[in-house]
Amino acid sequence: MNLLATLFPQGWAHYLAGGLLIGAGVALLFVLTGRVGGMSTVYSSTWSYLSRRPFFQQARFTDSRGWRLVYALGLVLGAAAFWWGFGPGAASGQAGGTAVPVWQLLLGGVLVGYGARRANGCTSGHGICGLGSLQLPSLVAVLTFMATAFITANVVLAVTGGR
Amino acid sequence: MAAYTLSPLRWLAVLASGALFGAGLALATMVQPEVVLSFLQLRDWGLMLVMGGAMGVTLVAYRFAPRALRAPLLGGGFDRHASVLDRDTVLGAAVFGIGWGLCGVCPGPAIAGLGTGNGQLLWALAGIAAGAWLQGLQAAGPAGPAAAVPAGAQD
Repeated sequence: MNLLATLFPQGWAHYLAGGLLIGAGVALLFVLTGRVGGMSTVYSSTWSYLSRRPFFQQARFTDSRGWRLVYALGLVLGAAAFWWGFGPGAASGQAGGTAVPVWQLLLGGVLVGYGARRANGCTSGHGICGLGSLQLPSLVAVLTFMATAFITANVVLAVTGGR
Repeated sequence: MAAYTLSPLRWLAVLASGALFGAGLALATMVQPEVVLSFLQLRDWGLMLVMGGAMGVTLVAYRFAPRALRAPLLGGGFDRHASVLDRDTVLGAAVFGIGWGLCGVCPGPAIAGLGTGNGQLLWALAGIAAGAWLQGLQAAGPAGPAAAVPAGAQD
C-alpha cells in the first residue's frame, strides 16, 4: 500500500482507466476502419491543404488527411465531454490551465513536432500503435525519447528549481 | 493506396474513436503538462499505467482483429504500423524527447487539451505545427513521380 502511495501520489486507478480508454479508441478505429491511429501525422497531413511542396503532397498525407482531422476533432470533443461532464470542469466550472511558461510550451512544441515527424511517430504512434504491433523500431524510439525526456525534464527542474 | 473515403458512417466511427482517445487522455490527466512532467521527474509513475493500459488493449486489437475479421467492419483493409529503424527514427525520437521534457505536451494532448478550454496549449500546438513544417522543409521530397500527386485526391 505504501509503495502504491509512493509511486502514485495522485492515485493509480484513473491512470489505468484512462489508458484503457485510449486503447479502446485506437482499437475501435482499427476494428471499424482498419486505420492506425497515431496522432503526430495529422500535423504533417494538414499542411498538405496549405502547402504545394512535394513533401506535403505525398499520397500518405493527402490520402489520410481527411480522417485524421476528424479523429483530431474527436479528441477535442472527447476530452471536453469528460472534463466538463465528469472531470474538474464539472466540479469547479474551471477550464484547464498550466503554469508551464510560454517559452517552454512553444520551444518544446517545435522540438516535439520536428522530432515526432522525423521519427515518424510520437507517444501514441510509436508508444501505443508501434509497441502494440510489436515493432522493434518503435521500441527503440520509445526508449530513446523516454531517455532524452527524463534528462531534459530533470535538467529543467534543476535549473529552474521546480518552476 | 487510395484516399480513405469518408462515408457518413466512417466519419462517425473515426469521430467516436477519437472521442474515446480524448476522453481517456483527459481522465488520465495527460492533458495537464504538470502531470507529464512529474512523471518525467520521477515523482509520479502514472504515465506508465496509461501507456501500458493503452498499449495492452491496442496489442489485442492489432493481433486478433485481422484474424477474426476478413476486413474492417466498415470496409477497406487493415493498415499496418510499419516503422523502420534508421537514423531518422533515432534522431527524431531524441529531439522529440527533448521537446517533450521541456514542455510536457505531446501531439495528442496538445489537441485534446483544447477541449478542456486550456488556451495555453495553443502555444504548444503552434510549436508542434511549426516543427512539423520545418521537418517537411528539411526532408527530401518523395522519390519519383509521387511528387506530382493530383490535387483531386479526395478524402
